[in-house]
Amino acid sequence: MSAIELDGLARRYGDRTALADVTLTLEEGATLIVFGPNGAGKSTLLRVLATLLRPSAGHARIFGSDVRTEGWRVRGRIGFLGHDALLYGDLTAAENLSYQARLHGLRDARERIAQLLEAVGLTARADDRVHTYSRGMVQRLAACRAVLHDPPVLLLDEPRANLDPAAAELLEPLLGRASGRTRVVTSHDPAGGLAEGDVALGLRAGRPVLLRPAADVSAAEIGELYR
Amino acid sequence: MPTSTKLYGTRLSAWAIAAAIVLTAAFVLAAFYAPIEADQGFSQKIFYVHVPLAIVTLIGFVFGGVSAVQYLRSGDTRHDLRSYTAIHQSLIFCLGALITGSIWAKAAWGQWWVWDEPTLVSFLIVFLLYATYQPLRFSIEDPERQARYAAVFAVVAGAFIPLNFIAVRLADPLIHPRVLSKSGGNLPGDMKLTFYVAIIGMLLLFITLYKYEMTAKHSRAQVRALKRRLGALDQDAPRGRSAAPSVTAS
Amino acid sequence: MSGPGTFAAARAVLAKELLLERRAPQTLVAMALFSGTAYVIFHFALQRDSVSGNLASGVLWVTVLLAALLGVGRLFVADRDEGGLDGFLLAPVDRTALLFAKTLTLFTFLLALEIVAVPLFDILLLGPSPGIGDWGGVLLVLVLADLGIAVVGTLVAAIAVRTRSRDLITSILALPLLIPVVIGASRATAPIFAAAGAGSLPGRWLAVLALYDLIFALLAWALFDFLVED
Repeated sequence: MSAIELDGLARRYGDRTALADVTLTLEEGATLIVFGPNGAGKSTLLRVLATLLRPSAGHARIFGSDVRTEGWRVRGRIGFLGHDALLYGDLTAAENLSYQARLHGLRDARERIAQLLEAVGLTARADDRVHTYSRGMVQRLAACRAVLHDPPVLLLDEPRANLDPAAAELLEPLLGRASGRTRVVTSHDPAGGLAEGDVALGLRAGRPVLLRPAADVSAAEIGELYR
Repeated sequence: MPTSTKLYGTRLSAWAIAAAIVLTAAFVLAAFYAPIEADQGFSQKIFYVHVPLAIVTLIGFVFGGVSAVQYLRSGDTRHDLRSYTAIHQSLIFCLGALITGSIWAKAAWGQWWVWDEPTLVSFLIVFLLYATYQPLRFSIEDPERQARYAAVFAVVAGAFIPLNFIAVRLADPLIHPRVLSKSGGNLPGDMKLTFYVAIIGMLLLFITLYKYEMTAKHSRAQVRALKRRLGALDQDAPRGRSAAPSVTAS
Repeated sequence: MSGPGTFAAARAVLAKELLLERRAPQTLVAMALFSGTAYVIFHFALQRDSVSGNLASGVLWVTVLLAALLGVGRLFVADRDEGGLDGFLLAPVDRTALLFAKTLTLFTFLLALEIVAVPLFDILLLGPSPGIGDWGGVLLVLVLADLGIAVVGTLVAAIAVRTRSRDLITSILALPLLIPVVIGASRATAPIFAAAGAGSLPGRWLAVLALYDLIFALLAWALFDFLVED
């Protein structure tokens, strides 16, 4: 069974087409890297896969479960990291994560939370409120939230935004290829993106204009998308 | 995507003529056939306008609620359009019922507004609630979410109507003895006939106006679609912000 | 990979809500201050040093209703501003858990408000105070009315939070919907606040309030999913 199967996936907002005709399959453990200018439909694609938006047409299956009809089954298997951190500024890092752990029905989450905070270098700040954090720290904590329930699939919307190289390095074991998870990652960085992707998808005005193994795509072609 | 090349409004004139005939008949009957009511005199005749307006208002709101349920179950935007149009027209009828009720109150009790007429008070509350339907729609940009939230509103408001009637009715101390029961149950025969003709006429008027609004919306959509085909409009031209459901025509 | 049950999830959300309010007590403080100010305004606007009977009942319920609107307006704000709604929606949890939790949150806030606002009302405005036993009747009406306000308030808040004019929509939607609660609650408490000594609690108004609570609870349960899912 493929990890992700998309078949004619589309999403409209009234008359406006945000995403149309996306058909692809992604094997377990592979990385799909999605390029496209702002408004091309990258975030819409991720939100549909995350069950946050219902598709207007077509199907999306994650490990065989349809995002529309079996959303609850999909939700336990995905980790989502979008532009918003999805954290409460008035709660501490530990409180935010233990709230999420309860929502995911995790038992004995304390140890897991401590491990994750250690991994992203936030142990010393674990009991500080999140609104005192820098943007980079918030992003690191958001990464912990996304992988807290150890999901086999990751949906990452420009995960390196707001991060300095050292912090990006820190998140690599959680979010990177080394994590062994199936990933859908959006990117604006042609060279870097192609290097970490197995399959490249180029979107323009919601439509797929490029879908090939990343190894066969040149950075110049990706650059064309933005022209 | 439902596309409609179907011509709307083909039977519109038939409905309009029927409504005109039956309503005229009702008014003639009310003026010349129905007896002058003993206590209130001629002014009681407004009963034949006020009560049918009120009844049709309720039918329209219920239809709007039922269409909303159908929309939520199917996601078919035609149900949203029906719900929207029914509620829109009913709101106008509701205003008519309030105004005629107020005139009646002035004629019967010498005051423009009486709080011990529970039906009238209930209609005021229902009017105030449904008057928020349009602003609610207008404040939501995404057309799909607009339709969904409006449908939730229509269902909640529909369920609110009977609850509200119960609460207001119980709150009425019933100081005034009821001159007339509004159900029409214990009306004398000639009044009853006039009353029923008036209800049918008002219902026909409602249907005519409802169909007229639907026709207007579809014609506009068809004109837009034709303009697009002729290249006068950009394919993805923004529709602009609107409280009305979008209609798609091919 | 099964998520927690609906009640476990609702408990988690409720605990989070109460923790947030303890951390940064904005809503409850605002509601309490509002009610205190409202009594002062009523004193001057009505030009009365004390009120009793129907008038007392009306003053109390107008104050509670408008203070409740403040809570309704804030109910989903932290979730919208900080993405907590998405955070919840991403969990493998029944959406009804959010409805339960938010309704209970609002209900708790209303009871907490009334612990302050009702004694304050007694001290500042209420004519002859009813006896201890009669306050039991008031408490019963408060609980029934708060349930209705909490259910309808949660429904309205969930609608309003994703509109462009949240504050306007909250008020114009919630106020007419809550009129039956005001009718029922003010009629129910009026005899207790009577100047001539507390009368008995009118049972039919309790029944109206209970019916209102039941119907809107069922409606909210059936419709809530449509408000949170895109």
